[in-house]
Amino acid sequence: MKKHSERIVLHFPHRMVDQPIVYKLVKDFDLQFNILKAYVTPQEEGLMILELTGEKENYDKGVAYLKKCGVKIQPLSKDVKRNVAKCTDCGVCVPICPTGALAVDHVTRKVQFYENKCIACELCIKVCPTRAMEIRF
Amino acid sequence: MPKTIQEINEKIKKGQVVVVTAEEIIDIVKEKGISKAAAEVDVVTTGTFGPMCSSGAYFNIGHSRPRIKIGGGTCTLNDVPTYTGFAAADIYLGATALPESDPLNKVYPGEFKYGGGHVIQDLVAGKDVALKATAYGTDCYPRKSLETLINLKELNEAVLFNIRNAYQNYNVAVNLSDKMIYTYMGVLKPKLGNANYCSAGQLSPLFNDPYYKTIGIGTKIFLGGGVGYVAWWGTQHNPSVKRNDLGLPKAPAGTLAVIGDLKHMKPDWLVGTSMLGYGVTLTVGIGIPIPILNEEICKFTAVRDEDIHAPIVDYSENYPNCKPSDLGEVNYKQLNTGSIKVKNKDVPTGALSSYSKAREISEELKSWIEKGKFFLTEKVAAIPSAESGYSFKPLKERI
Repeated sequence: MKKHSERIVLHFPHRMVDQPIVYKLVKDFDLQFNILKAYVTPQEEGLMILELTGEKENYDKGVAYLKKCGVKIQPLSKDVKRNVAKCTDCGVCVPICPTGALAVDHVTRKVQFYENKCIACELCIKVCPTRAMEIRF
Repeated sequence: MPKTIQEINEKIKKGQVVVVTAEEIIDIVKEKGISKAAAEVDVVTTGTFGPMCSSGAYFNIGHSRPRIKIGGGTCTLNDVPTYTGFAAADIYLGATALPESDPLNKVYPGEFKYGGGHVIQDLVAGKDVALKATAYGTDCYPRKSLETLINLKELNEAVLFNIRNAYQNYNVAVNLSDKMIYTYMGVLKPKLGNANYCSAGQLSPLFNDPYYKTIGIGTKIFLGGGVGYVAWWGTQHNPSVKRNDLGLPKAPAGTLAVIGDLKHMKPDWLVGTSMLGYGVTLTVGIGIPIPILNEEICKFTAVRDEDIHAPIVDYSENYPNCKPSDLGEVNYKQLNTGSIKVKNKDVPTGALSSYSKAREISEELKSWIEKGKFFLTEKVAAIPSAESGYSFKPLKERI
């Protein structure tokens, strides 16, 4: 059976940062995870970017469980945005991007942003000379 | 048969001029040969759009009542300091100027979010900018402080005057050290993690006229979306560097000082720019028309990316200490593939100069000329070329 896989951003409130959320996803819903990024800001909220893989039914149940716990979920690709009005298509971000989500089209010579490849590592954000790459939570 | 600029301008007036971009001329010369191309094409338009730090603008803000002598005092625009060593109401704002409150590199690497380049872009975008000035007060200029909003359209003069732009060739920057470095050539990852370069290559103005045969003092140009002129050669002008068989310099060489009315420029072509850990600057759009006066000039404009070589320079140790690098050279076609070989390692490349914007500039200038909105000028004087002996010297420190 084909596995379902998605990259998602989890925002969980301060009261939940000591909960073993990922353990439950594995144990109760038989989901595989790959943590792309995680941090907890003191007195604020926790953020984790996961690639979550499993059977579709289990995936949906796992996500429902997270939502029930109060975790806000959004697809990863929504996080890093390219402000097209600010981008000058120089291409200095391209070698900095670790996943090839930023690339130069060899015909148009414009920079392409492939959101599905972005892991929201944020390296491009400050590297961009016109600050055209924006992170949104 | 050779043409004159006067004849080309007559053709522009009659709507008969043949203008092509510095990209288009390559195939025309390949298909038709030099002499036919030179006979058919009247003008080749070039373009470049990259960060150019020695840029800035001067303003006359008009006299307040009572009068204030800003000259010799202080003056900031959106908290960015300007140069005040002129008469009462004249100031100059440099692209790399930073507010006193900027943390700079105290928290390394500094972000440098806003500076002179950004103020210039804001003004050109029509935004109000906060001016604060202080003065010591004189009998004829009694006022000691001034706080007001200013707007580009209200200023008497607002003139972009860039003392070094349009570099003819540039280094390819790499990092041989084992830690990340933050440079004006962008972020360079350790151990040859990336190679950054900055030129429009075959579209770049001075690569299309490598000996400055048509580009000189007085040449009318596209500057920041408006019209400007070459005012002089630029600072650090270095025409005497080694050149290849086609006469193309193999290292940073010629530069231009340019000037133009800021009031007619556009924020798309003058963009405030932040280099992480380095500072702020202004990304400037420049396009220069090259009149095809003869076959030799036509041949130069047919330059291709693969003909142009740039030196690879280590920015961790060699560049800061002015030591030569022996990492070889690459051509722009290789750089544009996205990967080059340095010390046998495949190194991904990143461009600081936007080729697609350079292309847009060359097309925009082409359409101005075709529509009869832009005429060519004869240069008033030449800028020093390869045989002049003019060169760029290091500083000799002495006490």
